[in-house]
Amino acid sequence: MTFPYEDYLRNEKLPLLWCPGCGDGIVLKAIIRAIHKLGWKKDDIAMVSGIGCSGRTPGYVDFNTLHTTHGRPVSFATGIKMVRPDKHVIVVSGDGDATAIGGNHFIHACRRNIDINLIVINNSIYGMTGGQFSPTTPIGINTSTTPMGNIDPAFDIGQLAIAAGATFVGRQTVAKGLMLSKMMEEGFAHNGMTVIDVIANCHTQYGRRNKLGDPIKLIKFLQDKAVPLRKAEKMKPGELEGKFVTGVLHKVEREEYTDAYERLIKEAKGQGGK
Amino acid sequence: MSRKVRLLSGNEVVAEAAIAAGCRFYAGYPITPSSEVAAVMAKELPGVGGRFIQMEDEIASMGAIIGASLAGVKSITATSGPGFSLKQEHIGFACITEIPCVIVNVMRGGPSTGLPTAPSQSDVMQAMWGTHGDHPVIALCPSYLREIFTETVRSFNLSEKYRTPVILLLDEITGHMNGRVEFPDIEELEIIDRKKPTVPPDQYYPYDTSFGDVPPLANFFDEGYRYHVTGLNHDKTGFPTINPELIQADEERMLRKISDNLDDIIKYEEMNLDDADIALVAYGSTARSARAAMDEARAKGIKVGLFRPITLWPFPEKGLLKVAEKVHTIIVPEMNLGQMILEVERIVKERAILKGIHQVDSRPISPERILKKIEEVTK
Ligand SMILES: Cc1ncc(C[n+]2csc(CCOP(=O)(O)OP(=O)(O)O)c2C)c(N)n1
Repeated sequence: MTFPYEDYLRNEKLPLLWCPGCGDGIVLKAIIRAIHKLGWKKDDIAMVSGIGCSGRTPGYVDFNTLHTTHGRPVSFATGIKMVRPDKHVIVVSGDGDATAIGGNHFIHACRRNIDINLIVINNSIYGMTGGQFSPTTPIGINTSTTPMGNIDPAFDIGQLAIAAGATFVGRQTVAKGLMLSKMMEEGFAHNGMTVIDVIANCHTQYGRRNKLGDPIKLIKFLQDKAVPLRKAEKMKPGELEGKFVTGVLHKVEREEYTDAYERLIKEAKGQGGK
Repeated sequence: MSRKVRLLSGNEVVAEAAIAAGCRFYAGYPITPSSEVAAVMAKELPGVGGRFIQMEDEIASMGAIIGASLAGVKSITATSGPGFSLKQEHIGFACITEIPCVIVNVMRGGPSTGLPTAPSQSDVMQAMWGTHGDHPVIALCPSYLREIFTETVRSFNLSEKYRTPVILLLDEITGHMNGRVEFPDIEELEIIDRKKPTVPPDQYYPYDTSFGDVPPLANFFDEGYRYHVTGLNHDKTGFPTINPELIQADEERMLRKISDNLDDIIKYEEMNLDDADIALVAYGSTARSARAAMDEARAKGIKVGLFRPITLWPFPEKGLLKVAEKVHTIIVPEMNLGQMILEVERIVKERAILKGIHQVDSRPISPERILKKIEEVTK
């Protein structure tokens, strides 16, 4: 049986504007599969994005979609979720969008533990603006603004999210589309801030500038650095140098922000609570 | 609930009036001299089923109120100087996406951190031109406590009616002045809500101008009405376009939805202008000093009148022109180094002599200083 992607897509908007072989398309498919599995109604979903290649994702899906400003989609999503806590809110962001210009919004949404599902398509570069380095570009990598190799240390988005207070944090590569989708399903169902760090290929910018210009070659290069959590737990810290851990990195229960606010409303109206 | 008369500050009146206008969401970041708006909203919103959030900065606050408004809830944020600067990118987003919202700026001295606890009127040009790109703006500037109430309600009404952000300008004096406020009868307040679509979902477009220059707005999550919103220039469907004709037409329409409705949007007060030789043009708290100066001048037999714009943008051009035809001199006192006087000059041209009083020394402009200028030009 073929999967009914077309039920969720704005089919008239195809073909996608992303470069052939771009990881963004894999993420799009994974999101749709997760939503289908969860049985969410299209009317009940808001998908919000910032600016960048990743920011174009909402344009293709038949939900309530909002393409905002660079780095700030989480702030818009917070407003939506605050007034409609009964609805599902998904944010699709890039590594620059989420952790450079939007870093402040990112950590504070995690701290609040508001039920927003944040997918960071982490290609370790600024795709849309011509391949400048981002907060997740590894040391030594060539980009248009690091012509002699990057000297800026990188963020680990997963660790950042955990430290800031997100209650569901996962990481997967675009090489593992189905596993990514399963992880999204679990993360979307989780009541609280979900952050999924999707390690993705930008062969056009990152690849071309580092002799990895072919999408398959670059995806393989990235996948070779992935260490599943179970395996990583048995490894010594030094052995993980230059690699990254995949899987559900963190999952805990803590009161969700709009649930907490609902308590205040009940209290203020004098129903229940003290 | 009998709370018809209360002792409140201007900032507190803003919050009370916002709730009366149907506002149920506040997002903001603390900054003097605007913080009392947030304090009242935090206290009162949960009791009426509304929601308050203190965000991580002003950019986020502005994003949050746009998101909440798109989800169908009237929303407001309040700030001052530095915070108003930070909000500008998202004010532009609300302009181009035509999402109603209200932004309160309690003006303080600047630039930068400037004078946090001193009054100023130096953001009146920023209110018009602060965000990049061509865009329509409505900015209101009340002078009296009761008027702060009515103009706050009007801010929501205009933003809903014209699908545009509305900027409500207070200053440290109007925001912090305390007084007895007689509330209008809430039942009798005119409350305007955004026009909702009358067509079924499959015929709905968020920027469909076949219903006029202000397209009906479905809320996010309204059954079946799923649509796309972007800060890129877009066509009637809400999706990005690079079609030059469509872009030109849409940008002109956004200006036109304001410029074709000036009589509805513009409000000003005229006092003693019928026989006046000299007109004071003053707004916000400075208009209070101007009024006192006018009374003293009149007592001395000098024929002075007051023209007080309540709507600052779009500026009451027609009204001011009539004044300029009658008087020989116009005096513009304002707490900045010459901002609104530029707009007055553009309108008045050679019709009258123009004099400014521009004070930015942290103190309000006194009636005495205005009176002195009146006497100077009388000689
Ligand atoms: C305020 C602001 N600054 C800069 C830009 C220019 N800009 C657009 S996208 C982008 C970076 C995108 O990189 P990333 O977020 O990693 O997403 P990608 O394109 O790789 O998906 C930048 C800097 C902008 N649109 N707005």
